[in-house]
Amino acid sequence: MSERDASKEASQSFRVPGMGSIDTTRTITFTFDGRIYEGHPGDTLASALLANGVRLVGRSFKYHRPRGILSAGSEEPNALVELRTGNRREPNTKATTVELYDGLEASSQNRWPSLAFDVLSINQLAGSVLSAGFYYKTFMWPAAFWEKLYEPVIRRAAGLGRAASEADPDSYDKVTAHCDVLVIGGGPAGLAAALSAASAGARVIIADENPELGGRCLAEKRTIDEMPSAVWAKHAQEKLRSTNEVRVLTRTTVFGVYDGRTYGALERVSDHLPVPPQHQPRQRLWRIIAKRVVLASGATERPMVFGENDRPGVMLAGAVRTYINRFGVVPGRHAAVFANNDDAITTIADIQRAGAEVVAYVDSRKELSPAVLAVLSEAGVDAILGGHVESTTGTRHITGATVRTADGEIRNLPCDLIAMSGGWNPNLQLATHLNARPHWNETIAAFVPSALPPGMAVAGAANGLLTLAEALASGAQLGIEAAHEAGRPAVEARSYSTTPEASSIAPLWRVPETKGKAFVDFQHDVTTDDVVLAHREGFAAVEHLKRYTTLGMGTDQGKTSNVNALAIMAALTESTIPAVGTTTARPPYTPVAIGALGGAHRGRDFKPERLPPSYKWAREQGAVFTQAGLWLRPQYFPRPGERDWQETVFREVDTTRNAVGICDVSTLGKIDVQGRDAIKFLESIYINNWGSLAVGRARYGVMLREDGMVLDDGTTARLGEHHFLMTTTTGNAAKVLQHLEFCRQCLWPDLDVQLAPVTDQWAQFSMAGPKSRDLLRKIVDSEFDISDAAFPYMAAGEVAICGGLKARLFRLSFSGERAYEIAVPSRYGDALIRRLMTATEEFDGTAYGTEAMGVMRIEKGHLGAAEMNGTTTAYDLGLGRMMSDRKDFIGRTLGSRSGLMDPDRPRLVGLRPINPKHKISAGAHLLPQKAHRTAANDEGHVTSAAFSPILGHTIALGLLKRGPERVGEIVGVCDPVRGRDILAKVVSPEFFDPSGEKLRG
Amino acid sequence: MRINCPCCGERSLDEFVYYGDADLRRPDPQDEEAGAKFIAYVYERTNPSGFHRELWYHGLGCRTWIVAERDTRTHEIYATCRAVDGGAPEGAAADRERS
Repeated sequence: MSERDASKEASQSFRVPGMGSIDTTRTITFTFDGRIYEGHPGDTLASALLANGVRLVGRSFKYHRPRGILSAGSEEPNALVELRTGNRREPNTKATTVELYDGLEASSQNRWPSLAFDVLSINQLAGSVLSAGFYYKTFMWPAAFWEKLYEPVIRRAAGLGRAASEADPDSYDKVTAHCDVLVIGGGPAGLAAALSAASAGARVIIADENPELGGRCLAEKRTIDEMPSAVWAKHAQEKLRSTNEVRVLTRTTVFGVYDGRTYGALERVSDHLPVPPQHQPRQRLWRIIAKRVVLASGATERPMVFGENDRPGVMLAGAVRTYINRFGVVPGRHAAVFANNDDAITTIADIQRAGAEVVAYVDSRKELSPAVLAVLSEAGVDAILGGHVESTTGTRHITGATVRTADGEIRNLPCDLIAMSGGWNPNLQLATHLNARPHWNETIAAFVPSALPPGMAVAGAANGLLTLAEALASGAQLGIEAAHEAGRPAVEARSYSTTPEASSIAPLWRVPETKGKAFVDFQHDVTTDDVVLAHREGFAAVEHLKRYTTLGMGTDQGKTSNVNALAIMAALTESTIPAVGTTTARPPYTPVAIGALGGAHRGRDFKPERLPPSYKWAREQGAVFTQAGLWLRPQYFPRPGERDWQETVFREVDTTRNAVGICDVSTLGKIDVQGRDAIKFLESIYINNWGSLAVGRARYGVMLREDGMVLDDGTTARLGEHHFLMTTTTGNAAKVLQHLEFCRQCLWPDLDVQLAPVTDQWAQFSMAGPKSRDLLRKIVDSEFDISDAAFPYMAAGEVAICGGLKARLFRLSFSGERAYEIAVPSRYGDALIRRLMTATEEFDGTAYGTEAMGVMRIEKGHLGAAEMNGTTTAYDLGLGRMMSDRKDFIGRTLGSRSGLMDPDRPRLVGLRPINPKHKISAGAHLLPQKAHRTAANDEGHVTSAAFSPILGHTIALGLLKRGPERVGEIVGVCDPVRGRDILAKVVSPEFFDPSGEKLRG
Repeated sequence: MRINCPCCGERSLDEFVYYGDADLRRPDPQDEEAGAKFIAYVYERTNPSGFHRELWYHGLGCRTWIVAERDTRTHEIYATCRAVDGGAPEGAAADRERS
């Protein structure tokens, strides 16, 4: 047949009427490389292409060789296409697993300018240059060429498809499920296992990657319980779907086994549709926790390794049967079958039944069993025993096979299809994800699972039981056992009747004499010559072989290639296959899109957002928000006519310093501490003393880690004899609670103290400024005395506001002004901020955000996260004097290490630019005034900086070597990132009201 | 991985924070060699291959600190108990022998 014939064939001319189990009454259309074709619902893209006589579907990775369809499943290495267009474009999609839908658009990849004529296929001629290790050897020198020349050229030439360039418009879902028995795979073994387990009353999940359960029941012409296997599978599926406590997950691949009997699965909810239906995700990621697992993942057929075995038209024999029996598509009209095992024999009858000719059956074995010989003679096929296919002819698809017979005669057989089978490899990947090594089984010439993950049993072909009878029997038995082990009653396993089948094999890992390239790994273009080269150059260990040749490293993870390659290596090293061993299979079994792993956690939903109680009000005011940990906090509140954020912030600071400013401080962590030993507990976790703190008073405290570094700071108020309320910085709330719980439960379990996080329970607002008490008077009920005598600086107590609402009042200040914090149950937060803002109008007050707060805290020299950065001690931050020497506390011993007391350590200072017009930015480095600007002369850095509207210049905090001793000195502030290098004077970190007069009022 | 919280039952790893060796005891600060002992307490770890008694914090749950006995090679958890209850529960010692 000429090569052009295929493309001229009428629509679906390879479809065989009356065969297959898909619905051929409806016809749908799709396009491939822009051409319109017809297919049927239930087709895969591959079966529909084959039905239309399309053989050439892609170009190979390295040599750009024409490639067709090798398999009928997720092991496909060749037929990778780009599916869909625009923002849904998906590269490297296997045509063999893509379900056809009306209007599907697919295109071939890795070809230019067209699939039929590809410029880079010239790489084939340069094959000897592009051998294994080619990149490593060739692009070594000169190094500078790598980035500029080699890599861009290689990237253009290599690579498979193109990812979509726009954001994915679809959504992805995550689910956690629990069950007694998870059955992985819905073929005969899996169906039998699920039916068994369900009959024992177990909660069962059965997952299969195909749209229907059935596995090879649908692909083979077999009989189970006097029924065609496809019909039996259909009944089994219906039975499972109608059983309570059984969940059937189709289009779902269990891709990984994890600790604690946890399994990862990907459900392709909408991949078979043009776009996801409303409110449906594209894919759903399942985390399944199963007491027991029956792995029934089946087996993958091995290709034969002979010359030009990658040409379109060379196909796995099992796949040929799948296309005929399930899809009613015959992949060729004149077929040769080449095998080394009995299983492939059934291919002959299937091809003949589909109306095609079997030109020859070539078996590498010289002697076959009488039963198999009888089948061959009945089929009337020219059987070439002890022969090999050595090579193929044709360019864009095969036109013939070159066969060497047992007596060395060469015969050229015209054919357009070669169905090959090198035996079957159990799909044991999931059994080895927790690091078990598989075991070599001589009888079936394949690896089988050995040590298994806890709770797993393996049924059917996945365990090397390759016949249908064994699959059903082992599935039925293991399903019963799994259910029983999961706590269900023991019941009898039922048995199934099937027709007998032959299954012997004599391995042939590579055809001895071949012509042309003999491919082992189709996806990565690895040939037998590459394996030989790797051996010659000393990369004989399997893990080396893999990395040197890139064998098995494609998106198919070597499902069709690994065992052939290591068997060839075993022969080269004159070793055995089990001695050579196999590479480690790791999750995922098939590729999982990053979108599915991310689920809903993307864009704005990447992390949860916590909203402070005044959030709604602040939005109405047009506040600009910033993220503080998970919190969204108002950064500043712009007013009409303000030119930029700086003007707004200056106004907020100025108003607070001269009248009153209001800020939502609910985000600060709040921990309720109660118990008879609460004081003792606080003494142990804070560096300063707490014994003398009276009820109704608050105190500033600093806590260290055990290694002596500052962990956090904040105020703690004594609300009652045994009742304290601790505040933490916004970002450290969870960390501090964890630390305190550790101290309470692990270090001092005998202390009578209890902790409760109450951050979310309270809405708390700070009112700062000279008018803050006047404002407070407006809302605090009149019977409460808030005069300075009754409620001095650092007082804390309970009051009622707005006519009887219980509230907590604290006289604390972060800004350095007279200030109060009022706390009410969170649900009153919105009402209170509105009441406060109305009340503040008469004082010309303002709300202020984190930006103004930052300015005011730097003016006061208060510490923030930039100073308490995990590498600073209390001594570094000027808090050394707070450390009590009368008690032990966390961090005391190691915080007093001589290295940490070294005066040479960078310590906290204030910095003021010599020229008031100069700006200092956080992150700038501090150096001696005249020193060279090198890292060796570095003496510290600026931690926080802000423009102080009160002082009229930038102020900064920094950590400077021997800092406090150098007050008055002039240092260089070098900021190479922003291109600044200025001089600043070292000053005390308290820029504003150092005596605290304003604070105390 | 799944951890059996003594208060909440078996829960997913996501809810826990790992801390490390559960058999460390905070040294006496009055000890003459307190400095060296605290260094060992804070920094020195044996990193065993196999049986390990270790602390986990059920931060996204009940906030209990838990002692888990885990095989660091297989991640099998033999037993768990509340840290406030100190030692290993019955049966755990036998598992330790086995490993």
